[in-house]
Amino acid sequence: MAHDGCKDWQRLIMYSSNLVARKWFNRFMLGLCALGAGLAIVFVCLMLGYILIQGVSFFNLDFLTHTAAPIGQTGGGMRNEIIGTLILVGLGSLIAVPLGMMTGIFLSEFANPLVASGVRFAADILAGVPSIVVGVFAYAIIVRPLHSYSAFSAGAALAIIMIPIVARTTEESMRLVPNSLREAALALGITRWRSVLSVVIPGAITGIATGIMLGVARIAGETAPLIFTAFGNSFGFDGLGKPIGALPLQIYRYAISPYKDWQQQAWAAAFLLSLLVLVISMAVRWLSRKRSS
Amino acid sequence: MDTMTQTMKAIANTTEHKHILITENLRAYYGSFLAVKDVSMAIEPRSITAIIGPSGCGKSTLIRCFNRMHEVVHGARAIGKVLLDGSDIYAPGVDPVNIRTRIGMVFQKPNPFPTMSVMENVVAGRRLSSVWSKRSEMDEIAEKSLRQAALWDEVKDKLKQSGASLSGGQQQRLCIARALAVQPEVILMDEPCSALDPVATLKIEDLMRTLAKDYTIVIVTHNMQQAGRVSDMTAFMMMGADRAGSLVEYGRTQQIFTNPKNKRTEDYISGRFG
Amino acid sequence: MLKSNSRNVSGLGDFVFSRLTLICSLVLIAILVNILVILIIQALPAIKEFGAAFLGSTTWNPVNDQYGALPAIYGTLLSSFLALIVAVPISIGAAIFLTEIAPVWLSNIASFVIEMLAAIPSVIIGLWALFVLIPAVRDPIEKWLGNTLGALPFFQGNQLGFGFLAAGIVLALMIIPIITAMSRDVLRAVPQAQREAMLALGATRWETIRKAVLPYGRSGLVGAVLLGLGRAMGETMAVAMVIGNAYRITPSLFSTGTTVPSKIANEFGEASGIQLSSLLELALILFVITLLVNIIARLLVWRMTAVKTGKD
Repeated sequence: MAHDGCKDWQRLIMYSSNLVARKWFNRFMLGLCALGAGLAIVFVCLMLGYILIQGVSFFNLDFLTHTAAPIGQTGGGMRNEIIGTLILVGLGSLIAVPLGMMTGIFLSEFANPLVASGVRFAADILAGVPSIVVGVFAYAIIVRPLHSYSAFSAGAALAIIMIPIVARTTEESMRLVPNSLREAALALGITRWRSVLSVVIPGAITGIATGIMLGVARIAGETAPLIFTAFGNSFGFDGLGKPIGALPLQIYRYAISPYKDWQQQAWAAAFLLSLLVLVISMAVRWLSRKRSS
Repeated sequence: MDTMTQTMKAIANTTEHKHILITENLRAYYGSFLAVKDVSMAIEPRSITAIIGPSGCGKSTLIRCFNRMHEVVHGARAIGKVLLDGSDIYAPGVDPVNIRTRIGMVFQKPNPFPTMSVMENVVAGRRLSSVWSKRSEMDEIAEKSLRQAALWDEVKDKLKQSGASLSGGQQQRLCIARALAVQPEVILMDEPCSALDPVATLKIEDLMRTLAKDYTIVIVTHNMQQAGRVSDMTAFMMMGADRAGSLVEYGRTQQIFTNPKNKRTEDYISGRFG
Repeated sequence: MLKSNSRNVSGLGDFVFSRLTLICSLVLIAILVNILVILIIQALPAIKEFGAAFLGSTTWNPVNDQYGALPAIYGTLLSSFLALIVAVPISIGAAIFLTEIAPVWLSNIASFVIEMLAAIPSVIIGLWALFVLIPAVRDPIEKWLGNTLGALPFFQGNQLGFGFLAAGIVLALMIIPIITAMSRDVLRAVPQAQREAMLALGATRWETIRKAVLPYGRSGLVGAVLLGLGRAMGETMAVAMVIGNAYRITPSLFSTGTTVPSKIANEFGEASGIQLSSLLELALILFVITLLVNIIARLLVWRMTAVKTGKD
């Protein structure tokens, strides 16, 4: 590749001795790249800043403690939806963390290379499935047969989204544990499974934790799969087999509504959700930096 | 069968448990590549046996066959017999995990578990290789093993600190304590001092001589002087034309170093190659 | 790497544990396969009813149960490609900046900020788009485009703010982080020797990038872009909030329209019978398209970046 470039390049030297023009062009193109990066960064900051500032202005104690007011009435909050999000994220994690970690352990410790690449590939593909398709799937296999929207179906949908994230980060973290530790454990007469649980996983725990946190941040903000699984519930938590409200779902419903009060609450909810996601992302970054140094 | 093997067999047959570890025609393969060829030797209990030879001659491969660690690498296998106290550890149905509690190993680069404290490191093998363990028992075992490894005085105030926080020499003695806690009969050491400074090395050599009163030690070393200093018996290995390592000479250390029977041994000892 | 052959797995504990991990991995594969199977089964009534005409028809009429996918597919493709047009230059430019130009500290901070964008949930970006972007698109963007380029059919029609243009911008925002991050990894994987060869010949920085680095990383970069495309096509919430949900095909970028995910999101709740089955057929189409795009993308990126392992 460089060879072809070199040939082009030599031709360029031969036919153009205009060093100054090349230098200016160089500066121009590099400047464009910097512009690209700058645009992206500026946009992020502007957008994020707007969301946080707008959101915090409507964020108050009522928002956290009150339940939704009936249509037309002002006031009210999203207490039930906040609880709903916590329940759904908890449910999703409960299913996804064991399944994801065991898959990651399989990929790192027990799989032969062929099977491993197959599973890894499947995990990457599953990670790329649009979240609405996952929601439709959960609807088809849980909501339809049981004739009811339910927290359980929503938790399952979120778990499906979270599993590949946990699996891949678990695998990658465990692969970074040096083989000498596995050998040391084996040489002491420790069985494989005990050495994986007591030696390898503790060595990879930071990476595994960051993977779980990333998964949580991801599913906390997912809306599409909740539309026809959780559905929303103005009466709060009614049991795992009943519909349940959640923050992102409520943001959607309130944002497209014509009521100014609801729109403001949507901003407050957006603030809360963004804050949660940002804090988790920064924690993940911080933990990863400690590891890589 | 050459004379050496015949002699070994004769010794093995008449004085079965006089030798704690006997190998018969041991071969080690990596896939289809033969790394160690037809090694037969008998190791005396409560002694230090050194295995020396130029690099690549299969010394590490050989001792890894003694505790069935060789086969841990994908595609590797060992053929032949290795008798521990008279029974073949390669017999079908033998559990390699169990063998490794009877034959312990210390590695070239100290490898304490970084997520465990000093105390946890020492008892790790003991705790995890048994079904159930009592806390007070573990504390006793830890102290005993650390004393045996000549490390107790240096770490008794640091028991809760991470295993990786010790110096290189201390880490290696920690690994020795960890291996001792499992109460093996034989301890294999694969170039245990090559990553350590001379002071730490001497400490470990002293330790080995103390340990040899109760345990059988087999040490691989590329350092001839070390072999001369610590060992009772020495085995010299060399790589043949077929790139397989084999046992050239095995005998009392004194004899090997002052009056080797084999010309190749003599060439190696006198530094003509290696 | 200590691989498991049966010799490393000895005893009941190891056997049970390793089988357990295998089962969990198979669950993951089973989920993936099941999604495909369930979608096909549920879409079957609509497939039988409309056949291949489903892909070409532009009606969506619950009253007389006539459904066609074309406007939705058109909307998905148009908004995604618009997003790519905006996002790819910015992302690749940013990736080049981060790997080739910026000092390490700046690169780290900038990457972090861009990753923050990826962390923001889609519905929140949609909320922002609804109240900030749409008015901005309506006036001045669409106004200016209508005035200057109004001769082209792309820039004619009512300037509502809602529509493909807004959707394209929103999608671009959402896929910039992923294309940038992947491209950055790809460019980092280009061996330093390639750059040094060019520089030693007296090339400028840009010429080095253009002639040595980019060609070397070409397949990986294409893969990164395709990953972004896959993400854009599957994006639901933010698009649903800005695209206006009109079921039609027009060349104008100002017009409102529909994408496959937004259609499903909007109608799924109340649908039944053939309508539901048609929506599921839409979901199936979406699944297959994103599946193909993702597979190709992953294969291209895998060739360039390798998996890290622990070394002693």
